Amino acid sequence: MGGGVVVSTTSVLGGVVKRREDPALIRGTGLYVDDLQLPGMLHVAFVRSPYAHARVVSVDASDAEGMAGVRAVYTAADVAHLGDLVTQVAVGKLRPLLAGDKVNHLGEAVAMVVADTRYGARDAADAVDVEYDPLDPVIDLKEAASDAALVHEDMESNVLLAWEGGPWGDEEAIAATQQAIADAKAQDDTVSVSFEAVNQRLLPMPIEPRSVVADWNVGYGRFTVHSSTQIAHALAGGIAQTFGLSLTDVRCIAPEVGGGFGCKLNVYNDEILVCFASQQLGRPVKFTETRRDAAGSTIHGRGWVATATITGTGDGQILGYELDGIADMGAYSQNFTVAIPFLGLFVGAGQYTFPTHWKVACVHTHTMTTDAYRGAGRPEAAYYLERAIDAFAREIGMDPAEVRRKNFIPADKFPGAATHIGFPMDTGDYETNLDALLETAGYEDLKAERDRLRTEGRLVGLGLATYVEVCGFGPSALVDLGFSWAAYKIPSGFSGSGLVRVQADGTASVIIGTGPTGQGHQTAWAQIVSNQLGIPVENIRVSHGDTAESPLGIGTFGSRSAAVDGSATYEAANKVRAKAADLAAHLLEASADDIMFADGGAHVAGSPDQQVSWSDIATLAYQPHRLPEGMEGGLEAHAVFSPGNATWPFGSHLALVEVDGDTGDVKLLRYIAMDDCGNVINPMIVDGQIHGGLAQGIGQAMFEDGDYEADGNLLKWSFVEYPLPTSADLPSFELHRTVTPTDINPLGVKGIGEAGTIGSAQTVVNAVVDALSPLGVTHVDMPLRPKRVWEAIQAAKTNGSVS
Amino acid sequence: MYPRSFEYVSPGSLDEATSVLASTEGAKVLAGGMSLLPLMKLRLFSPDVLVDIGRIPGLSSIEDRGDHLAIGAMVSHAATASDPSVAEHAAALATAASWTGDVQVRNQGTTCGSIAHADIAADQPSAALALGATMVAASAGGVREIAASDFFVDTLTTALEPGEILTEIRIPKQGGGSAYEKLGRRGGHTDYAVAGAAVWLDVSDGAVCCGRVALTGVGAKPTLAEGVMEALIGTDGSDAAIAEASERALEGVTVLDDLFGTVEYKAHLAKVMTRRALQQAVAAAT
Repeated sequence: MGGGVVVSTTSVLGGVVKRREDPALIRGTGLYVDDLQLPGMLHVAFVRSPYAHARVVSVDASDAEGMAGVRAVYTAADVAHLGDLVTQVAVGKLRPLLAGDKVNHLGEAVAMVVADTRYGARDAADAVDVEYDPLDPVIDLKEAASDAALVHEDMESNVLLAWEGGPWGDEEAIAATQQAIADAKAQDDTVSVSFEAVNQRLLPMPIEPRSVVADWNVGYGRFTVHSSTQIAHALAGGIAQTFGLSLTDVRCIAPEVGGGFGCKLNVYNDEILVCFASQQLGRPVKFTETRRDAAGSTIHGRGWVATATITGTGDGQILGYELDGIADMGAYSQNFTVAIPFLGLFVGAGQYTFPTHWKVACVHTHTMTTDAYRGAGRPEAAYYLERAIDAFAREIGMDPAEVRRKNFIPADKFPGAATHIGFPMDTGDYETNLDALLETAGYEDLKAERDRLRTEGRLVGLGLATYVEVCGFGPSALVDLGFSWAAYKIPSGFSGSGLVRVQADGTASVIIGTGPTGQGHQTAWAQIVSNQLGIPVENIRVSHGDTAESPLGIGTFGSRSAAVDGSATYEAANKVRAKAADLAAHLLEASADDIMFADGGAHVAGSPDQQVSWSDIATLAYQPHRLPEGMEGGLEAHAVFSPGNATWPFGSHLALVEVDGDTGDVKLLRYIAMDDCGNVINPMIVDGQIHGGLAQGIGQAMFEDGDYEADGNLLKWSFVEYPLPTSADLPSFELHRTVTPTDINPLGVKGIGEAGTIGSAQTVVNAVVDALSPLGVTHVDMPLRPKRVWEAIQAAKTNGSVS
Repeated sequence: MYPRSFEYVSPGSLDEATSVLASTEGAKVLAGGMSLLPLMKLRLFSPDVLVDIGRIPGLSSIEDRGDHLAIGAMVSHAATASDPSVAEHAAALATAASWTGDVQVRNQGTTCGSIAHADIAADQPSAALALGATMVAASAGGVREIAASDFFVDTLTTALEPGEILTEIRIPKQGGGSAYEKLGRRGGHTDYAVAGAAVWLDVSDGAVCCGRVALTGVGAKPTLAEGVMEALIGTDGSDAAIAEASERALEGVTVLDDLFGTVEYKAHLAKVMTRRALQQAVAAAT
C-alpha cells in the first residue's frame, strides 16, 4: 500500500462519539417504512388462522370482495405459481406464501385482502369466511420428537436432523468422546449431576413491527421495495428469484429500522405477497404488522427442552458434559431455522476443555417458525452449560468461580485453540477476564455479605456465568458448508464490503453493504474512516440500506457488521488514503512515502506548515487534466473483506439477587458484566449494545414466555400478556471490559451485539437458585416470575428438604 | 390494531354529553382512553359512538370540600398520585395511582376511568372500595350517588347505567390511615397486579376500631374482605393480630386463576398483601 500515515494525538477510534443518528430519531425526522405514503398506495390485511392445525374446507371472500374500497382478495391458488417462500437453509417443510388445504400454526395467513385503506382492509379481512376442520395439533416437543403424530402428513418424521458433536460430523470421534464420558462416569471418584430444563420460546417484539411497501413499475419492469429488514440485499434477491427477475430489477431500501434482533433477518411471505399484489394491481401496496401480527406471525426464538449431564471429580475437574435436547423449529423452516441450534453447537463447551457430547434434534411442531433471535442458539447453549457447571459446583461444594477456573482453556493455548467440535478460535484469555470480574465486583466480600444475610433468613444469592460467543460471521468459506445466500440469488460467502468516496469539497461519503437496526453504523463507520483519513467525523456521511447504491453486504446480524463490513470499509479507506497520498505528493512536490495526514489535510513529514487540505486533494482528483501522466481521476475505493474465521468474544457476568420468600418476587440488586469484544470502536455504543443485550437476556430469565398452550393457542398477543422488561425493572448495570483483540480482522474487533444476551439469562438463574439453595431448590425453569419461584419454594418445603 | 368504524363526539358541557348518551344507542364515554382504545383496536369492543368528555370544563380538579375529597372524571392517575390532599387523606389511592400503568399511561389515563372500567387487576378500584368512596354518576335524568360497596358488580361491570357518566368520586376525610400493597406481574409494583390489597383503618385507645380491606386481582371484582376487619377490630393491631386476621382475607371470595397466578398462589398472595397493607395502615393510623 502506498504512503500516508494518519498522525493524531487522540485516536477517534476507541473514543466516545455521540451517535450521529440520534437527533433524527429523537426529533422524529427519521423515515420508517410505515411513514412512507406513495400516491395511490393500497393496504393489506391478512386473514389468519385461529387454529394451530386444521384443514381449510373453504374460503369464501365474496362478501369481502363486495365491500367498498376492496381491490382484491388473494388465496393460495392465486399465488401457487410463485412456489414456497424462498429459504436459505431449505431443510424441512418450507412455508407456503398462503396456506392452502391446511393451516399449520395459529396466525398462519390464509388470505390477503388489499384495500384502499388499512381500516377497510381489516374490515374486509374480518368479512372473509373461512371454514376450518380443526385437527389435533402437535405442540409438545417430546411428543413431536416421538413422531406419535406427524406435523406434516407428507413427511416421514417431525425430526428434521440432529446436530451432534464433536468433533462435528466425525462419527468415530463422537463415539470416542462418548466413551471417554462413560468411562469418567464409571470411575469411583466422580459425581454426575443431571437435570432437565426448558429454554422457553421468546417473541422478538421489536418496537417497530415489520412493515413493507412494494411498488411495481410496469414501464421499467422493476420493483422498488421499502422494508423494515436486516437483509436488504437478500430481500432484493429473494424477490428477484421468486418473480424471475434480475438483481438489478429489484431495488430494496431499508430506511430507519426500529430494532430487529434477528426477526428481520428473514424474507417473509408478506414481503413477497405485497410485491405480487403491486404487480397485479399496478399500485404501490403496503403491509404494516399490527402488534398482534408481530407476536404471532413473525419468527420466534429459542424453544428448547434438554437434559444436561455433567460429570467430574470432587476437586472440581470436569470430565464430561452431555447435552441431549430438542429444539422447536415451528411448523415451517425459514431463513436459518434449523441452523440456529448449529450455532449453539459451536459454543456447546463454552470456555472449557472437558469432553463434550452435544446433541440437539430439530423438530417441527404446529407453532410459528423459530429462527434467529438475539444470540440465536448460543444463549441456549450457554444456558445449559453454565447451569450445569453451577449445579456441579454445588454438588461438590466448591466455589463456582473456582470450578470454572479449573476447567478453562488456558490462555497459552491461543493461538491454536479450537472448540469441542474442532473449529479454530481466534483469541482468548478467560482466566484474566474472570479474575477481573471477581476483583471488580468484590466477589469475596459479596459472598461474605450473602452468607451474613442468610443467617438473618434472607434469600440472597450470587450468580456467576461465563460465555464464549461465535460471531462476526465469517468465515467466507461458510459458503462451502452450504451456508450461502444462493436462494436469494447471492451465492456469496459471509464477506462484507464498503465504499469510501472523497467528494470534491473534501468531505467523505461512505456507502456500506449492511445497515443498522439501532447499532449506530452512521457513527462507528464514520469513526473508522475518520481514523484512516484524518477527515473529521462530522464531515463523513454514512449511507446504507439501498441496494441500488450500496455494495453487496449480507446483513447486520450475528454481531458481524463491524467485524466484517467495518473491516472492508477500513480497507477501502486505506486504498483512498494511498491514492490521496499520491495526489498530495503531487501537490507538495514530495514523495508519497513522506506524506502525513493530520488536521484535516496532508503535509510532508517534518514540514507541517506546508499543508494541503482534503479539499485541495479532492479538487485535484476531480480535475484529471492536472494529474501526472498515468494517474486516474476520482478519489474513491471499494473493498471486500473476506474474514478467515468467525470471531470469538467472551466474558463473565455476576448477578446479586434477593428473593421475597413470601411472594416469590425476585429483585435483581446488582448486575456486573466483564465483556471482551476485542478492540472497541466506540465505548458508548458498545455499552449501549450490552445494556440492550442484558435487558433481553434478563427478560428471558425473569419475565418473558412465548410458549404456546397445549391446544396450540398463543395467549401472548400484546405487551399486556408478554411482559418485556423496562428500565424500571432493571438495576443500573455495572459494565467493564477486558480487551483481547482478534487477529481475524484489521480492526481487532469481535462484535458485541449479542454478548449481553448470551451471558445473562443463566447468570440470573444461577443467582436465584443460589438464593433458594438453603431451601433445597436446585433448579427453577425460566421465566422466574413470582408465581414460578413461589411454587419452587413451596415444592421444596413440601419435599421436606428445608434445612 | 385498527378499530371498526365509529363516530366521535366531543361535547362542551356535561348536559350535552348526557343528552348525547341518552339519545344514542351504543355510545360509550371516552376519558383517557387507556383501557377503552386498546380494546377497540383489538376489536374486542366496538362502540358505535365515542363521547369524549375531555373538553367538558370542571372535570379535571381534585377538590377538598371539607368533609371529603372530590376527584373529577378527567383527573389523571399522575395527578391523583401526586396530589398532597390525596396523599394525606387517601394514601391507599395515591399509592395505587402511582403504581398504575407506566408514565405515559399515568399522564393520559384517569382515576375515574380506571374505576369505571373495573378491571379486576387494576389497582385503584380496590383502593376506592377500601376508602369507602362514593361514586357520583350523572345522566340526562339527573345525578345519583353510588356507594363503592354497591358500585362494583362483576368483571368489567359496574352499577353505572348506559346513559351515565362517572363525573367524580368522593372520598371521605375520615382520619385513620390507609395503604395499598400489590405484587405486579413482573414482580415488584410494576404492571397489572397479580394480587393486591387496599386498607383503610382507624385506631382508638390503642385498638383498631374500624376499617375496610379490599382485594385486587383475586376475585371477579374488587372485593371487601370483611372477615379480616372483623378479626382485627378490637385488637391492638400488632403483627401477630394482623397475621391472624389476614388469614381470613378470602372468606366469601372465589379466586380466579390467570396467566400470572394459580388459584393457590393468588389466594396466598392476597393474604400476604393484606398483611403488609394492614401493617402500613396501622403504622399510619397511630
